[in-house]
Amino acid sequence: MGTSSPGKAPEQVESVAIRFAGDSGDGMQLVGTQFTSTTALAGNDLATLPDFPAEIRAPAGSLAGVSGFQINFSSNPVFTAGDLLDVLVAMNPAALARNLKDLKEGGILIANSEAFNAKNLERAGYRENPLDTAVVSAYRLFKVDVTALTLASVRAFKLDHRAATRCKNFFALGLIYWLYSRSMDATVQWIERKFGDKVLGQANLAALRAGYNYGETTEMFDHAYEVRKAAITPGKYRNISGNEALALGLMAGSELSGLNLFLGSYPITPASDVLHMLSNMKALGVRTFQAEDEIAAVCACLGAAYAGALAATTTSGPGMALKAEAMGLAVMTELPMVVINVQRAGPSTGMPTKTEQADLMQAMFGRNGESPLPVLAARTPGDCFHAAIEAARIAVTYMTPVVLLTDGYLANGAEPWPVPNIDAMPRFPVSFRTDTEGFKPYLRDASLARPWAIPGTPGLEHRVGGLEKDNGTGNISYDGANHEAMCRLRAEKVARVADSLPPTVVEGAQEGDLLVLGWGSTYGSISGGIHKVAARNLKIGHVQLQHINPLPKDLEHIMKRFRRVMVPELNLGQLAMILRARFPETTIHSHTKIQGLPFRENDIAKAIIQLLETN
Amino acid sequence: MPTQSAYPVVEHTDPAGQTKQDFTSDQDVRWCPGCGDYSILAQVQKLMPTLGIPKENFVFVSGIGCSSRFPYYMNTYGIHSIHGRAPAVATGIKAVRPDLSVWLVTGDGDGLSIGGNHLLHVLRRNVDVKILLFNNQIYGLTKGQYSPTSPLGKKAKSTPLGSVDYPLDPVSVALGAGATFVARTVDTNVKHIEATLKRAAAHKGSAFVEIYQNCPIFNDAAFDFLTDKSQKEDNELVLEHGKPLRFGPNGGRGIALDGSLTPRIVDVTTEGEDKLLRHDETNEMVSLVVSRLKHPAFPVPVGVFRAVDRPSYDVMMNEQVEAASQGNKKSLQQLIDAGSWTVA
Repeated sequence: MGTSSPGKAPEQVESVAIRFAGDSGDGMQLVGTQFTSTTALAGNDLATLPDFPAEIRAPAGSLAGVSGFQINFSSNPVFTAGDLLDVLVAMNPAALARNLKDLKEGGILIANSEAFNAKNLERAGYRENPLDTAVVSAYRLFKVDVTALTLASVRAFKLDHRAATRCKNFFALGLIYWLYSRSMDATVQWIERKFGDKVLGQANLAALRAGYNYGETTEMFDHAYEVRKAAITPGKYRNISGNEALALGLMAGSELSGLNLFLGSYPITPASDVLHMLSNMKALGVRTFQAEDEIAAVCACLGAAYAGALAATTTSGPGMALKAEAMGLAVMTELPMVVINVQRAGPSTGMPTKTEQADLMQAMFGRNGESPLPVLAARTPGDCFHAAIEAARIAVTYMTPVVLLTDGYLANGAEPWPVPNIDAMPRFPVSFRTDTEGFKPYLRDASLARPWAIPGTPGLEHRVGGLEKDNGTGNISYDGANHEAMCRLRAEKVARVADSLPPTVVEGAQEGDLLVLGWGSTYGSISGGIHKVAARNLKIGHVQLQHINPLPKDLEHIMKRFRRVMVPELNLGQLAMILRARFPETTIHSHTKIQGLPFRENDIAKAIIQLLETN
Repeated sequence: MPTQSAYPVVEHTDPAGQTKQDFTSDQDVRWCPGCGDYSILAQVQKLMPTLGIPKENFVFVSGIGCSSRFPYYMNTYGIHSIHGRAPAVATGIKAVRPDLSVWLVTGDGDGLSIGGNHLLHVLRRNVDVKILLFNNQIYGLTKGQYSPTSPLGKKAKSTPLGSVDYPLDPVSVALGAGATFVARTVDTNVKHIEATLKRAAAHKGSAFVEIYQNCPIFNDAAFDFLTDKSQKEDNELVLEHGKPLRFGPNGGRGIALDGSLTPRIVDVTTEGEDKLLRHDETNEMVSLVVSRLKHPAFPVPVGVFRAVDRPSYDVMMNEQVEAASQGNKKSLQQLIDAGSWTVA
C-alpha cells in the first residue's frame, strides 16, 4: 500500500491544505483525525482545525449541520491549519455552499454526487445543481458517487441501509489516501482495534480499501501527489490538541508540585474535554467533580485548595462570568487555584463553537474591587501543557488564583508536539506550614506569599474569609489605612510574579521596522504572516506574550527597539488597550478580527505591509 | 503522581484531653444581644470535645449572613466564604480530604435563597458534611427583608404590604433532595440541640439540621409558639423513632393518618394509641408526611425526621480513586508519550 498508480509517478508538492466537509453525522471529524495520524507518521509538519456545528445534530443536509475538518501538512514548517484550501471534499450541497469560498482557484473539489439531489439542493439554498453550473468552473471538479460506491463495497456484509451508508466517510478517506500517496496501515490498525472482528469494522475496512482502489484504478485523477517529509528536529513527537495538553499539563503540575490534583468543573463548550480526560485519570489519583453549576465548580475548587490540593477549574466565557465572585474570594483569602478559560465567541452565549480572544479584560478586571491576579495565555495546542504547568507554579508559589486563557482554536486544533520528559522539568515542591512557632495566617515571605497551612495541622487552626483582614493576623479589619495597605500588597504580590519570568523571546529581527506583539492562539497566524513577507527584507520581530499580568519587565525595552508595534488580536483591541494604558509613550497599532475564526496568515501579512507602507 | 503523602505527616492532638475552651476562638462574638445564635454556638462548642476528633481536623464553612459569622468564633479551621456557596466549598474540601470533619453553617436566606441549588446538590450527593441551617425567617444582616421561609403576608422592609410568595419548608426540601439525615431543633431548647447535634455528628453522610432561631431585632418572637412556656406544650411534637406521634398535656393528643394520607389530630384517650402514626426515621413516606405538619393547624415536629445509611459521595469518590490506582500500570510519562512516534 501507499504507492501510486502504475501509470505515473506522483507529483511532488510542498504543502497541502485539505478540508473534509459533510453533515455532522457523516463522520468528517473521524476522517480528519485519521488522516492527521497518518500524516504525522509520514513525517510532515502539520496543523489541524475541526469546525463543527453548535447543534448536536442539525437537520441532515442543512447548512447549520455542516461539520468540517481541516488539515494543513507540508514538507516545510507549518504555522496554521492553512488559509485557503487545495482540496475540498464536499459530502453534500450544504457542505459545498458553506466551504467553497475557501477553496483556491484551480483547487481540487471532490463532491459526493449522489447527495446532490433535489431535496439536499433545496436545503442548501441551491435552485439548480451547482456541480453543473459556473459556480464550480474555477475548480477542478471530481464527481464521485461516494454513496453508491460505498454501498457496493460493503454489500457482502449485509448491513442495513443506514449502517452501510455510514461507511462512506471511510471510502472518502481511502480516496484521499491514494491521492496523497499515504499508507492506510495506521487507519487499518485503528479500525481493527476499535471494532475487533465486528462486521461493522470489516465493512469500514472494505469501504476504505474501495476508496483507495477507486483512485488507483479509475484514472479519474491524472496522478497522485506526494508531500515529502519535513525537516523536523529529531526526537519523540505525538499529535496533541490543546484540551488534551491542558489535562496532561494539570497532571504534570500536580507531579511537579507534589500536590494532589482536584478539578471542579461544569460542562461547557469548548472546555468539557478537559473534564472528560481528567475524569479518566483516577488511576493516577486525579479527583474530578462535575459540579451543579459554574459557581459550585469554582467554590469546590477553593475548598480543595484550602484543604491542600492543586485545584483547577475549567470553563469558557459565560462560565467565567459566573465564577467572578469566588475568584475574588480566592484573591482575598490568597488561595492557589488555576482557572482556565477556553475562550469562545461572545458576548453572552455568542457562538459556542467559534474561537475568539475577547475575555482578556474580563480575566484582568472582571471582579468587584481591586482584585489583581496573574493572567497567562497559551500560544499553541502543545503549549497548553506548559502554560498549565506555569499557571500551577505561579498559583502555589505566590498563593494566588491564576487565570489561564486558551481558546476554541487551541482546544480543538492539534499539532505534532515534541514530547516532554517530566523528569527533566523543574519541580516546584510545596511545603505546607507545620511550624506553630510565630504562625500567623497572613505572614509574608519574600515573594509576599502567605503560608499554606492546611486543615489537619495541629496548632495552626485559623479562619479565612472574604472580609478585609488585618495583614499578618488575618483578623477582620475595617480600618481604611489597613485596607489600602492590603490592596497595594495584593497588587504588589502579583506584580512580583514578573521577577520569576525568563527573558522575553523575540523571534526574527531583534530590532528594526516592526514588532508584532501577539498573545495566545494567534501565534501560528502571526508566524505564518511574517514568513509570508520574508522576501521584502523588512526587519520584523515577533513576541508572543505568555504572561499578560504581570507583563514581562523587559517588554517596554523590547518595544522601544522597533519603529512600530502592531498588536493583532481576535477581539476589538483589548491587549492594545492595556498596553496603551501601561506604556503611553509607545504607539500601538491595533489590528483586529472578530469573526469567530483565527487570523489567516494572509490577514497578518497584509496588515504588516499596509502598516509599513502607509507609515 | 502524589497520593496521601502529599499532605504533611503530623502528630495529632489527643482528643481525650479537649475541652470546650479549646474550641472557643479569641474573637469577640458580634451577634446582637439576645440573638439565638449564642445558644447554638455554646452547644456546638460544648459538643466538639466529646466527639473524639482532634480539633485540627474540624473545618467550619459558611456563606454570608449573621449565621455565617459562626466560623470566626470556633477555634478550628474555617472558611467564611461567599453568599450561598458554602455547600460547594465544603464538597471540595471533603472530596480531597475525607479525613476531615466538615461542618457547614448557613441561614434561611443563605441556604435556601441564593444557595438553594447548592444545598439540594450537597444533600443529593450525600457528601459527608454536617449542615446547620439557622432559620430565623428573616434577613438579619441586610437589616430586615423577608426570607424564603417567611410566612405568606410577612410585612418587612421590602414587603410593606405583606409578602406574596409562599415559603419553603427547609426540612421538606432536605427530604425531597434525598438527604440521609434530617432533623429540626430549637435555639432555646439546649438539651434538645445537644442531643440532635450529637446524632448529626455521628451520622455518616450529609446531616441536615434546621434550627429555629430567634432574631430579636427584625423578627422577634417568630417561634414563640414553640419556645414560650404557655404555648409550647400544645405546639411541640417531639419525634422519637418507633414511638407513636403524641403531643399536648400528658401526650393526650396524637397524629393519625386517614385513608387518603391526610393527617388529623386525635384524642388519645378516646381513640386509643393504636390509631396513631408511629414515627419511623427509616421510612421515607413517614418522614415526608411528618415534615408537612405545620403550625398552626398542627403541632410542629422537632427531632430526627429521617436517618438512613447510604454510602457518601466523598467515600465513593475516594474508593474509585483507590481502586483505580491499585490496578494502575501507567505513569504520567506514559500518558504523555501515548501515540508518539520518533523522528530520527
